[in-house]
Parts: sequence; structure tokens; C-alpha cells
Amino acid sequence: MERPLTEHIRAEGEPPTLAEYERTGGYAALRQAVGKMTPPEVRAAVAESGLRGRGGAGFPTGKKWGFVPTGPGESRPKYLVVNGDEMEPGTFKDRRLLEGDPHGLIESTIIAAYAIEAEVAYIFVRWDYQTAAARLGRALAEARAAGYVGRKVAGSDYGLEIYFHVSAGRYMCGEEEGLLNALEGKRPTPRAKPPHPPVVGLWGKPTIVDNVETMAWVRHIVGRGPAWFRGLGRGAEGGTKLYGASGHVRRPGLWELPMGTTAREIIEEHAGGMRDGWSLRGFLPGGASTDFLTAVHLDAAMDFGSLEQAGSRLGTGAIVVLDDRTCPVGFVANLTAFFARESCGWCTPCRDGLPWMARTLRAIEEGRGEAGDLALLEEQTKFLAPGNTFCALAPGAMEPLTSALRLFREDFERHVAEGRCRYGRAGE
Amino acid sequence: MLTEQERAEIEVHAACYLHRRAAGPEALKVVQAHRGWVSDEALADVAEALGVTATELESLATAYTMIFRRPVGRHVILLCDSVSCWVMGYERLVEHLRSRWGVALGETTADERLTLLPAACLGACDRAPALMIDGVLYGDLTVEKLDRILEGLK
Amino acid sequence: MAKIYIENIPYEVADGQNLLQACLTLGFDLPYFCWHPAMHAVGACRQCAVKQFKDEADTKGRIVMSCMTLAEEGIRISIDDPEARAFRAGVIELLMTNHPHDCPVCDEGGECHLQDMTVMTGHAYRRYRFTKRTHRSQNLGPFVQHEMNRCIACYRCVRFYQDAAGGRDLDVFQWHNHVYFGRANDGPLENELSGNLVEICPTGVFTDKTFKRHYARPWDLQTAPSVCGHCSLGCNTIPGERGGRLRRIRTRFHGEVNGYFLCDRGRFGYEFVNSARRVRWARVKQKEVPAAEAVAHVAALAGGGRVIGIGSPRASLESNFALRALVGAECFYSGLAAKEQALAALVLEILREGPARAASLHEAACADAVLLLGEDVTQTAPLLAASLRQAVLTQPIEIATKLNIHRFHDAAVREALQKEKGPFFVATADATKLDDIATTVFREAPEEVARLGFAIARGVQGDAPPVVDLPPERRQAAGLIAETLRNAQRPLVVAGVAGGSAEVIQAAANVAWALCAAGVPAKLLLVLPECNSLGAALLGGGDLEAAAQAVRSGAAETVIVLENDLTRRAGTETVEAILSAPHVVVLDAIENATTARAEVVLPAATFAETNGTLVNNEGRAQRFFQVFEPEGEVRGSWRWLGEIEQKLKIKNEKLKIDSDGEEKRSSVPQQSWGLQRQEEAERFDEVVAAMVRAMPELAGVVEAAPGAGFRVAGEKIPRQAQRQSGRTAVPGEASAEERSVPADADTALAFSMEGYAGIPPAALVARYRRPGWNSNQAINKYQQEVGGPPRGGDAGKRLFDAAGLREKPYFSTAPAAFVRRAGELWVTAAWHVFGSEELSVLSPGVAELSPEPYLGLSPEDAAALGAKDGDLVELRIAGGPAHRLRARVRPALVAGVATLPAGLGELAAMELPAWGKAVTIGRTEGGAA
Ligand SMILES: Cc1cc2nc3c(=O)[nH]c(=O)nc-3n(C[C@H](O)[C@H](O)[C@H](O)COP(=O)(O)O)c2cc1C
Ligand code: SF4
Ligand code: FES
Repeated sequence: MERPLTEHIRAEGEPPTLAEYERTGGYAALRQAVGKMTPPEVRAAVAESGLRGRGGAGFPTGKKWGFVPTGPGESRPKYLVVNGDEMEPGTFKDRRLLEGDPHGLIESTIIAAYAIEAEVAYIFVRWDYQTAAARLGRALAEARAAGYVGRKVAGSDYGLEIYFHVSAGRYMCGEEEGLLNALEGKRPTPRAKPPHPPVVGLWGKPTIVDNVETMAWVRHIVGRGPAWFRGLGRGAEGGTKLYGASGHVRRPGLWELPMGTTAREIIEEHAGGMRDGWSLRGFLPGGASTDFLTAVHLDAAMDFGSLEQAGSRLGTGAIVVLDDRTCPVGFVANLTAFFARESCGWCTPCRDGLPWMARTLRAIEEGRGEAGDLALLEEQTKFLAPGNTFCALAPGAMEPLTSALRLFREDFERHVAEGRCRYGRAGE
Repeated sequence: MLTEQERAEIEVHAACYLHRRAAGPEALKVVQAHRGWVSDEALADVAEALGVTATELESLATAYTMIFRRPVGRHVILLCDSVSCWVMGYERLVEHLRSRWGVALGETTADERLTLLPAACLGACDRAPALMIDGVLYGDLTVEKLDRILEGLK
Repeated sequence: MAKIYIENIPYEVADGQNLLQACLTLGFDLPYFCWHPAMHAVGACRQCAVKQFKDEADTKGRIVMSCMTLAEEGIRISIDDPEARAFRAGVIELLMTNHPHDCPVCDEGGECHLQDMTVMTGHAYRRYRFTKRTHRSQNLGPFVQHEMNRCIACYRCVRFYQDAAGGRDLDVFQWHNHVYFGRANDGPLENELSGNLVEICPTGVFTDKTFKRHYARPWDLQTAPSVCGHCSLGCNTIPGERGGRLRRIRTRFHGEVNGYFLCDRGRFGYEFVNSARRVRWARVKQKEVPAAEAVAHVAALAGGGRVIGIGSPRASLESNFALRALVGAECFYSGLAAKEQALAALVLEILREGPARAASLHEAACADAVLLLGEDVTQTAPLLAASLRQAVLTQPIEIATKLNIHRFHDAAVREALQKEKGPFFVATADATKLDDIATTVFREAPEEVARLGFAIARGVQGDAPPVVDLPPERRQAAGLIAETLRNAQRPLVVAGVAGGSAEVIQAAANVAWALCAAGVPAKLLLVLPECNSLGAALLGGGDLEAAAQAVRSGAAETVIVLENDLTRRAGTETVEAILSAPHVVVLDAIENATTARAEVVLPAATFAETNGTLVNNEGRAQRFFQVFEPEGEVRGSWRWLGEIEQKLKIKNEKLKIDSDGEEKRSSVPQQSWGLQRQEEAERFDEVVAAMVRAMPELAGVVEAAPGAGFRVAGEKIPRQAQRQSGRTAVPGEASAEERSVPADADTALAFSMEGYAGIPPAALVARYRRPGWNSNQAINKYQQEVGGPPRGGDAGKRLFDAAGLREKPYFSTAPAAFVRRAGELWVTAAWHVFGSEELSVLSPGVAELSPEPYLGLSPEDAAALGAKDGDLVELRIAGGPAHRLRARVRPALVAGVATLPAGLGELAAMELPAWGKAVTIGRTEGGAA
């Protein structure tokens, strides 16, 4: 089984140095791209691979790059931004790549920037990833010294500057337009779309924002070809995927597995199944903004298409397990409180709707629920539907809640009826 | 009031962006790295250095969680309160921090030793519950492990 | 035009609008908060949701924000759709979760957009059962009251304050539902347009603090259409009165002039009307007398011959004319000092005779390249700043257009534009508050500013007069500016008389004219000091020095001074000469140094207590109407003067019978109104008619507003809120009895709740209120197209218009280069929005923000004088007496030039610019000791 993204990542200690990285074939793809390929050829390769964004929405990366107005006479400069904000609860995949393979990310970033004809790239890392930032900083210095970054990338005529930005902390910094605002030194609120960033992005210029895991693929696809990439997946969707599992499983962790691996394999084999005394009640397949699935979905392939059919989304591919001893009401109350706290305050339904829902959930959880509460919550989940709010934060927040209200209905009802929670404190 | 060192560091950041004002959050972090928090005077100085008004900078400072506009203790504990850590029982840690260490969420101990702040998912869900002290991540926490860590701090 | 379908019914709407605007224009009621016609859409509040359908077959549809959706050909929407309705009610419900239930004690009550929208959507019962978030409010200075708990986070305030007004001390803080709109710290808002927050905020977060001090229920206010008297722009206002006190000023929408906005001086400067220094009773020789006695006394004086009249640029055309009619044209003086008069006449000549048209504020906002010469207009014509801030976006908007971003997508447009600004060249001696949007700033002495202007004109057209000895780099800069202006479609040249330099104004004219000659339709915007400066120029008459001469020579024994504190306007010698006349009669509203010296003082009405016409800086005649009947024997000056004239005529007629009266008869004014009966003399329209007969050029004044005979459906326009408002008796708070209301024979307005309830012509709009719309957002309903001109057209009438490419020779002499004099300073006037204007400074808030008199020094001159900021200096101008002032170091001021605040302190009437000498005498009040 191939694990191109993580094969050289060490479990402990410092990541590979430039020399070590080069010894395992590092920067060859970059040389190949800037030396032998034109930007349209690189874009074509990525498009052909069918790579879909790993940041949560699964948008085809090649297609997104295609929106950038390229060629002579088009608006300059252009920017590439690598989204390493990773704040989606339950998700810890980008951290692995950032900390473990900084040169891999830098090489991919350079190639991607070359492909979209960008002159400047930013790697945006969340505040808490200090280790990652430090390692990236060292790797970038090495890459610059070796001539991979700067005015003549690998001896070619192509010039690129790469900067880091360490966030000052907000979930909205991960939303691509909030991220652009954050880079511009503004409040990380979303922007009006259209225009989309590939046309009007950072400082009004064409900008591509790609997730770290998405970006990590670029050098591999260029180096080994789109067909190889497509062959890695189990089903129609190519590549491998960093899947995670957390909650009361035996071995919480992160694994690079073929795209389309089932949830059962991940939870039962890789994570070692549920801990003794705990059993599975449901799970979020891809981070906090996805719909709950239950045991009946364990055999669904964890890819974009299959999970959509199952009524959820692949999201970030980070499974969070809900067990039978943990209160589902408390679970979604925690999630909703997170979203309410991180709402940027720009649009009404999100700003004022989420706190109300979070308080209602908390009240139900603590035995202060009232008769109309569930109907009200249901009404509000519809209210915060996509299109009704300004960005995707609130609709994302509604996914676990809507499905929980459906799947764990009796728990909610019992809380209201009995005026108490029957579960013990979480984790005990 | 900014030191030469701080000014120099701010300039490094300012050079990374199209406009100086874009370095606002970075510059505040520089000040915070040196002083632990951002006072009104420091904020005013940074604003001047970047050619923005104090109001504009305050608008940023209050938007981001990692800019502290009030003094914090010598050690800042960021305790993950997101879903995986909740499932794994972070609330036990909160209770313990309050009863044993005298610090509640959002507060600083009277001896200014510890500040405890809630944090959104620290990206360590596989090691939940987790927290970060002075930028160092600790996972798979139990109250005993937490005590050992805190005892090791000055 | 685009055809859109609402509930499956086709409608035609104008192209390029959003659905919200289109629906409102079509007369549908759709709630909204974050959208504002002058600020466009950002999609934040989600209140304006409608259902959009793909086609006729689509029954499901999807919710869209109407403000963010183009009303494009063929689009199908439903406003009535149950889901859309429920969504809109839900948004209000959310907004109300944190909104306090303090409506009964909220100053916004009764005219609250939030209240209206809540009722409109049908949200009535609270389901939210948790605690509300609370905020601490701030002290934002004397004008704007802050109550953050009422905020619904629509973001209008920051968008207005930052984007439209250019302010940088109001912002949004915090996050999620704790977002907070205010300043970093307590303190007065720094932007001179801050008062618009009061009207921009759809709820009671920002309210009028001056109103608060003498609050009345908005529906209890008696209101009338009015025009601001505090600068030359002539913004349209609606003052409100109750119980004999003027309580506040609100904006009256004018498409060409002020749009939706006012400046803070205009909005908050009204309190002089309530001043304890008001003249309320007639006075002869320091004794209060009945009006008739005073009139008889003045008539006797006037009948004695040798009488001259001194007019005023802050009095209406009608009052000035009435004085001119009483004393005769040749005995009428404008009331301006020589320099001011010459400048006003120059502006009039340029606008009337030159090929470049005067720009309205709206036209200024549409300019695509701007040259500003010599004046910080944010201080002399504050609202112009908003137009110029818009003008610099005119060219960059193209960027957005190319990207297919519609203009109404405000946030998207701003993202696309980033910091891109259209050409805006500023040349002034000191920093201006518009420097932040300038393409290039030239910091030069006034003479050099004029020379730059002349050189630009020359750069545009080779036959414009040359400038000698211009340094090559300056010539080159002038050439570049010339090229930019020439390449523009709608260039604008802005200058003003505040700097006291005729050359700067001539230079501005030359540039505009050269552009016109080159086939580019350039416009000119020349700022004058007062609300009727241009009217005064139109009426003509000698200047104050000439009046002084008439007194000195004995040709004048009686001087009638109209609404003019001469001591503020001219040098001591001139003023002393005039006031030493044997008989001085003064008509004014406020006690001042001139009334103190008068034999007769007649209490004149302020703008709120009578009717009149003012001519703004673009030559637009605009009518202000009486708002209320003042306490005391206060009348419009035109009425006093008319009565005096009548008295005089009756007396003269008697004289004719009694004796042959040769000599006496010759004193009868040449230009009589030719009126027969006293009542008629008091009719306002008759004064206007007489004026137009005497001065045909003022014919347009008649059209400035409908006359007294105007009726709609046989009814007058009420000054009070409709009976349905719930108010049944005028003095409702004191008694429920109806009080008899004064009749108003002068206008088509009535002091009553009775009358025409519909929408009157714009000039007669006394309030904005339509069923369901009680806030100023009702303005929508008064417009032909939402955001566009009012139904029936804008109020007022331009008196003259440059007729295309008329030939007018350039001003031929550029000034010589500015040469500094060793040991001397070229002292110029610095205007302050708060303080420099005579009447507004009598309002406590304006006074609070007005600076102490000071001497502004460049860093170089300060160093040469050994003066630090705050030190005491002694200034002598043209060898005159010494004046003690605090030094203020002005970092950007050009060396060799110093500034004195205009209109403040003992140097108020100083004729500037002039050479002066300064010495430093130390830090403390006591001087060097
Ligand atoms: C509220 C919110 C938070 C997000 N946070 C992240 C994030 O932390 N990291 C990330 O890569 N994408 C995040 N996204 C998705 C981004 O907006 C964007 O789709 C993604 O960075 C695009 O990269 P991709 O195409 O490679 O997936 C977030 C989206 C939303 C609505
Ligand atoms: S203060 Fe008023 S204008 Fe500003 S966001 Fe709140 S409600 Fe809107
Ligand atoms: S008015 Fe349309 S979203 Fe606010």
C-alpha cells in the first residue's frame, strides 16, 4: 500500500532536512516542472488527476486553478495561499504534514505557484501550530539557500517568494475569504462571492487557496503522473487520504489510506475498535461540520461521493466517534457552542441564531429543556441553511445538529421530559 | 515605548505584505511575545508604527483570540474545549484546575502564575484531552499528569 | 429596462439595480437593514430575503437576499412566499433576542426603522428565554449619544463612517454576537460627518445628543422644510420644534445637493436659535418698546433722509432686498468687507460668465478627476468631502465593472478596488483631511498654489497665460496633472475663498475653462464662506469700506444694519466709522457687539422662524420655511423692513397733503414695492415678486418653492404629524385642549396636523412618513426611483447656468512667486468646521469642539522663533497691535506661512492673508516671567 504523503514522516523527532529530503527524491518534481513543463501543462496534470480539495468542500483542484486568469497581459501579481489553519474540531491531519514533511509542502507550493503563475505564496498556519511554524521556517530557509525559492527557482526564469503567516487565532481564518482578510491584516470575516478568490483574491488579485493536504499532492502528481494518482484510490476518486479517528476508540490516530477506505476499516482495524466497555453509537465522518452517521453506514466508502449518498460529507476525513456512554445532546451542545463562539458576527442568522441554539442545547442537556425546544431547534436548523447565511460556517454547524435531532431523537426528548441527563459526565 | 528589538521584528513582518497595515496582527504578537500582553500604550505605538489608528488596531486585537489585551499570568494554559476533548473528559481537567490550582476558565491566579483560557480544537484529538502551556502541547491528560506538568513550572 | 416577475406578474425596472431597490421602487414593502441606497448592499443582515424561482415550473425556489441579487431580465421572485416570509420574521426574531425592551425611553422611538420592520414582518412574541448580552456604552462627545445595547449589528455605522466619511476612529470590535461598534476609547468622534450616524443607524444606538437634552417625541415635533445656514453648500434640512424651542435638525433629501447627509455643523449648530442671547423685543435707546413704536422710530429716522442699508450674506435674499428697497439701490451696501466682496463677486463672475458649469455636490461625486486648490474643504464645506471621497472611486469602479461586479455589490466592489483611487490632486499650504485620498499633495504657499493652477491651465491649453519662473519639476508636475484632467470625462476643479486669494480662484477658473476649451466638460466648485454669500454678490451694493466712507463724509446719518455683526467682518477702523453714525439701527437675532452699539434693535427671526431664500455656492436658490412662531416680538427682517417702508409711505402721503413737502418727498425711496395696504406688504410672495421685478436675474427665486397659494386637493401641507399619529392636542403633554394655531398667509404650509397627507413637492416636504414607514427610511417612498431624485424633482432652482462654451478670456496674470520675508510670516486664515462660523458656535457642543485661538507655525518657523507647541507668542499684523496667542506647531505647514483660526477670538475680523511678525514670550499665561 502506497503512502506517498506520509512515507518519509517520522513518528518522533525532527523532520527530514533538505539533504535527507533530496536523498529520497525531493525537489525532483520541482525541477521537472519548472525545467520541462509549462504552467498550463502542470495545471493540466493536476486537472487530469481529478484531485479534490482536502479542506472540506472537495472542490476539484484543477478546476479551481482553471479560474485564474493566466497568460501575458493578465492581472498581476497573483497569489497562492496554503491553508494550514486547521481548526475544525476533530481534525488533526494537516498538522502531521506541516510538522513531518515541511519540504514536501514547500516543494508542492512552489510547483502550484508556478502552475498558476503566482509570484508570491503564503503559507498560513494557525497560532497553535508553533512547532510546525518553526520547522517550516527552517525548511524554507534551506530551500531558499538552495535556490528553490527566490528570484530564479531551481535556476529557471521563474521567481517566487514564499512567506509564512501565523494566525492570531480564529476558526474563520480557515474559511478561505476570512483567511484572505486575515492576511490583509483585517478582521477574518468572509467576503462577498462572487467574485471568487481565483479572480479577486488577496489585495484584489487572483488568488488560489488550497488546503495543506491538497497542496501536498501537487509534487507527487507532477512527479508520478495523474494516472498513478487515480490508481491509488479504491473507487472513482483518486489518491490516498489522511483519515483520523478520535473518541473512545482503542488507538486514536491518523492514517494515510486509499481514498474510499470504509469507516469500519478505519475504526475497527486502524483505530483498534471501541475501548472495552464502550460501543459505537454514531460518528461524524469528517470533522465537526458533517452529518452524523451510525453503525449502518460503517461500510460506506469514505470518499466524497459515497458519503454524500450516505447523507453526510467526507469533510476533512477526521472521524469523531460518539459512543453509547456519551450524551449526544452534550455532544452537539459542545459543537454548537464552538460554532457560536467562532461566528464572526457579520450575518444575523449565524451571529444571533447559533448562540440561541447553543443555549437551548445547554439548557436541555442540563435538564432545563422546555416543551417547544426541539421544535424550535428544528426550525432553526432549517433557518441556517446554505444560502440563508453569508458563509458556510453556520450551515456546516447545522449538519451534526440536524442529524443528531433525527438519529438521537429519543435522547433529546428524554432530557426534556425528565428534566435531567442520564449520562454521566463525558469521559467517565 | 516599543523597544528597538520590537520595532525591528515588526519591520520584518511588515516587509512580508503589500501594505504595512497588514502586519497588524503580527505586530501585536511581537509585542505580546515580549511583554506577555498588549497594553493600551503598546497598542497605540504599534498603530503609529504601522500608520493605522488605535481604533483600527483595536478592532483587530479584539477579533483574534490570541491577542491578549489584559495582563496574563506567567504561564498561559490553553485548554481545548472542543468536541473530542469533551468526549474524552476535559471537563474533569477544568474542575481540577479550579479546585487544586485555583484557576477558573478565563481567569488568572492571584499570584499571577497561571492564566487558564479555553481554546478551540488544538488539532490533537488523537491525544485528547489536550492542552497547551506556553506554546507546548500536552496530550492524553489525566489529572495526575497535569499536576506533574504544573508542578514543574515556576 | 428589465422585465422581472414578482408573484408571476411582470414589472419593468431600471437596469443594474438590485432586487431590493427594484421592489421598493415598485412600491412593495420589503424589510432591510444593512442596505442603504447611498451605501449599497453587503448582505449582512439577511433581512431582505425573497424567494427566487428558476422558471415558471419551479415551485420550490430558493431563498436569496434581494439586496445581493441583480434585478435582471426574466428573473422570477416571490415576496409573499410563506417560507420567505417566515425567514424574514425569523431574522427579526433573532435581532430582537438581544435588543432591549426600552422602546418607551428610547430617543429613536416613533421613528425607529427596527420598530417598523418588526411590525412589517409580523414578529411579535418573544420565544428567546435566555439572558441578553449587555454592553457598556461610550461617551462619543457632545453630538452623538451611544447606547450599544440596542445594536442589531447591521454594520451601517462603520460602513458610513469609514467608507463614506473617511473617518478612522469608529470601528467594530470583538467577535460573534458580542460585536461592538464604537471607538477604541471614550472621546468625541473625530469626523465632521459623524452626526449622520444618528440617521444611518436603523435603531437607537446612535442618537442626537443635542436633541436628548431637550427631547420631545418625534411625532410631537412641528417641522418644516428648511435650508442649512452654516455654509455655502445649502444642504436641505428639516428642523423640528416643540414648545417654542428648536429641538433638532434632520436631513431633507436632495438629489443634487446633500443627498441623505448633513455635516455636524449643520446638524448640531442650530442651538443658537434657543440662545439666551436672543433678541426678543424691540429696543430703542436700550429700552424695550412695542414693535409699532420701534417701527415708527425707524421710519422717522429713515424719513429724515441720509440713510444707508448694510445687508448680510447670512440673511435671506428677501431680507436683503427689503433693505435695498427701503434705502434705495445706491444706498445699499452688501455687508461684506472689501476683500470678501471682491472674492464673492469674482466667484459670481466666473460661474455666471465662464464656460464651466458650477458642480452640485452630486455632480462633484460623479467627477472622475479632481483638482483641489488652496482650501481644506472639510472645514469650510464639510459635506463636500463626502462627494470627493466618492469621486475618487469613479475611475476605479471600472475595475469592478470589467470583472462583472455590479455597483450595488458594495463590499465586492471595494475588494476589487482595494486602495485604488482616481486622480485627486491637492495643493494647499497645510495638511487637509482629504490628503489620505489624494494622488499627489502639493504643500505650497497660496501664491504657489495659484501658480500651479495657472501652469496646469497652460498645460491644458497652450493659449492660457504662462507662469514665469516656474521651476522645471513643478512645470512638469503641472503638465502631468493637465494631461490627467484632459483625459478625464468629468473633471472637477475645487477652490474656495477661505484662503482670501483671488489668484487661487482665478487659477481654478482658468483650469476649468482651459478644459472646456479643450472640449472636456469640466465643472467648477467654488466654496464661499456663508449660506447666502452668492446671494449677496447677486444683490450687489458697495462694500463696508464704502459704507464707512459714506458715514465719514456725512452722506449717511442713519445706518440700518441687517443681520450682520460688523465687528466680525471688517477692521476696527471701518467698523468704528460705521457705528459712529448718528443713528444706527440693527436687525438681528442674537445680541452681539453690533447690536450693543445700536440706537434701535429690532428682533429678527432666525431661519427657523421665518421664510426666505438662500443662494448656495452653485447658484441654486433654495427656500427655507418658518418652522414655528417664536416667543417675543420676533419677525423676519424682511417683514420689519416692509413695515418700516409702509410707515414711511403713509407718513409721506400724509406729508403730501399737509404741506408741499418738497424736501421730504425726495427722501422717499426710489424703489418702492408699490404696495397699497399693509397686510400685503407682509406677504412673503409679494416681496419675492417685487424683488424679481426689480432684479429680473432673480426670476428663478419664484420657482425655488411653490408659493403661498399652492394647494394639493385644496389643502395646505401640515407642519405637524398627522392626526392618526395618536396625538390629539398640540400641547398634549400639558392639556388635551386644542389650541388655536397661527394662520400662515405666507406659505403653502400650515401650523396644523390638518392638511394634505400625501407626498408634496420636494420643496414642501416637512417630514418623511408613510404608512408603515415612520423613520427616515420613508424617504424611499418620496423618490421617483429609490435612491434617485424626489418625486416631482429636486427642490430649488438654479439662478444661472454657464451656457456651454461661452467665450470668456482667461485671467491673465499669474501671481509672482512667493518670497519669504526674513523675520515675517505670511499669516493666512485656517477655517475650522467648529468655531469659524458665527452662529453655530453659539451651540454648546460646537463651542466645546472649537479650538482656542492660536497661531499655527511650521516646524521651521517655530524653531526660528524658539516656540514650542503651546508656548505663548505675540503676533502683530501689518504693524497693528500685539495679540497674544498659543503657538501650535503644524507639522505639514509650509515654512514662511502661518495660520490663524478664522472667526475666532479678537482676531476674528482680521483681513488675511497679511504679513505679520511674531515673538515668543514663554510658556505661561503671564508671559516671559
Ligand atoms: C468556517 C470554515 C472554516 C474552514 N476552515 C478551514 C481550514 O481550517 N482549513 C482548510 O483547509 N479549509 C478550511 N475551510 C475550507 C476553505 O474555505 C476552503 O474551501 C479550502 O481551504 C479550500 O482548499 P481545498 O480546495 O484544497 O480544500 C473552512 C471553511 C469554512 C466555511
Ligand atoms: S450601531 Fe446601529 S448602525 Fe451600527 S451596527 Fe449597530 S444597529 Fe447597525
Ligand atoms: S438588506 Fe439585504 S442582507 Fe441586509
